[in-house]
Amino acid sequence: MDSKEIGCGSCGADLLGEIERLRAEKEELESRIHLLEAQIKPGGAAEKDRSGNCSLSSLSCPQMNGATLSGLSPKMIHRYSRHLLLPDFGVEGQLKLSKSSILVVGAGGLGSPVAMYLASCGVGCLGIVDSDIVELNNLHRQIIHTEAYVGQSKVKSAASSCHAINSSVKLVEHREALQAVNALDIVSKYDIVVDATDNLPSRYMISDCCVLLDKPLVSGAALGMEGQLTVYNYNGGPCYRCLFPTPPPSTACQRCSDSGVLGVVPGVIGCLQALEAIKVASAVGEPLSGRMLLFDALSSRTRTVKIRGRSPLCPICGENAAFTRENFQSFDYENFTQSPMSDRSSEKLNLIPESSRITAIPKSMNIPLSNLEDKLSTIDSALKQAAQDSGKCASLFVVCRRGNDSQRAVDYLSKNGFPLAKDIVGGLQSWSQDVDHTFPSY
Amino acid sequence: MTEEPKDTCDVIGSQKTNPSQDKDLAPYIKIKVLFFARARDLTGSTEICLEMPDGSTARDCMSKLLIEFPNLQEIYNSMVLALNEEYAPESTILKDKDELAIIPPISGG
Repeated sequence: MDSKEIGCGSCGADLLGEIERLRAEKEELESRIHLLEAQIKPGGAAEKDRSGNCSLSSLSCPQMNGATLSGLSPKMIHRYSRHLLLPDFGVEGQLKLSKSSILVVGAGGLGSPVAMYLASCGVGCLGIVDSDIVELNNLHRQIIHTEAYVGQSKVKSAASSCHAINSSVKLVEHREALQAVNALDIVSKYDIVVDATDNLPSRYMISDCCVLLDKPLVSGAALGMEGQLTVYNYNGGPCYRCLFPTPPPSTACQRCSDSGVLGVVPGVIGCLQALEAIKVASAVGEPLSGRMLLFDALSSRTRTVKIRGRSPLCPICGENAAFTRENFQSFDYENFTQSPMSDRSSEKLNLIPESSRITAIPKSMNIPLSNLEDKLSTIDSALKQAAQDSGKCASLFVVCRRGNDSQRAVDYLSKNGFPLAKDIVGGLQSWSQDVDHTFPSY
Repeated sequence: MTEEPKDTCDVIGSQKTNPSQDKDLAPYIKIKVLFFARARDLTGSTEICLEMPDGSTARDCMSKLLIEFPNLQEIYNSMVLALNEEYAPESTILKDKDELAIIPPISGG
């Protein structure tokens, strides 16, 4: 009898719980009906937003509706169940994530995995900013893009992939380059910024902007076989300028388009950036602030180095920093770093890979510019051999990838016993465009 | 992830003899220097061992490196210097078997 009474008591509690659950479900269903009705009407709920608005408060985002007791909709509970099961993440982590807005600057090698993971994990709003166009030679590392999007906007392509992965995430497309003039406006709409750019001036600009707007910055970089990762301007931690007050010379900061990069290396760093962004957004764990992770793909080594704290003398975030928004907007980052903001204009830099066995004109010799001095006798004997074979005086033509190194080579050769050496203007790129269309360009 | 102890790196320094032999006369310490990113291109190495007089600072170590690898000047003003995986000012006095990492920034992506 006793047990029956206890059973009845718990029955009452069960019923109350059941009623509450059904009410929540009813609310959830009603809000879904509203949402569907809104979609039928023209100009209804748009998931992709090109207006640049990332405010989540007024958002009719599906995952914000139909809150159950946990605050998550049944659909969300199902979708993110593996997250919810994590004791260190759980409902609270997921809820925070779903209320966060993250801006990914750059939809390239780093930005690809960042955007894909942030979309799949269910951030509330994901903004992507880039002005570039998808090119075929991006696809070996920029895994968010497909062949069908070659020639189209990277942001459009990235947003389409993210939408296909998770249609409940609000996506904001910024099809423009992030620059000092528009950065404050764009960045201010987000909680967290991910630097997935490919150039030095953008890195300084994004860091300065994040200091001014007090946004945590998840910064990743990759080149060749190495990667670096740090969270800047987080919880009193240093900014990019605290670490690197003086920009390195442009020769020291090479670009993927010149030095190459193994596709998966930015992939690894991008995944780690997504992880750090998720940690910051959900307030879980210990973000990589005041530390720098170094990844070496060749030796499969990862090191985490403790870096300096915030510099009191930092001109941007230091104690007496007087860097205003006006200063920021008029600051010339390209001049400061002596390098361009776009990887595409790298011709200016004359950074051509030295020894390229990538492609060659038939019967040519491949000599890196740095070895030219040692190869003069080789050139001499090759010319003599050619003259002997043809019975005529042999001519010497010099060609490189884009036509800059060859000018230097001809200059050097003409002063060192080869006065008749001639430069092929425009390099192999022009050769492929004007002479032999089947010749590969890179 | 910790590094396995490795004593096979190239030794660079004026003291080519085994320093332990004449330790009492001139005490020397061995420093392992790790190069990252551009520093690898400029030196052609990922790590080297450097023999320094006892009491040397990180700055002394850098000066010696700049003599051995003058190209390093390129990144000298913009790099992170880490001693035993921790940020260290150049005035820090080095100990035997210390590990000095030279980390210039990477900007690609």
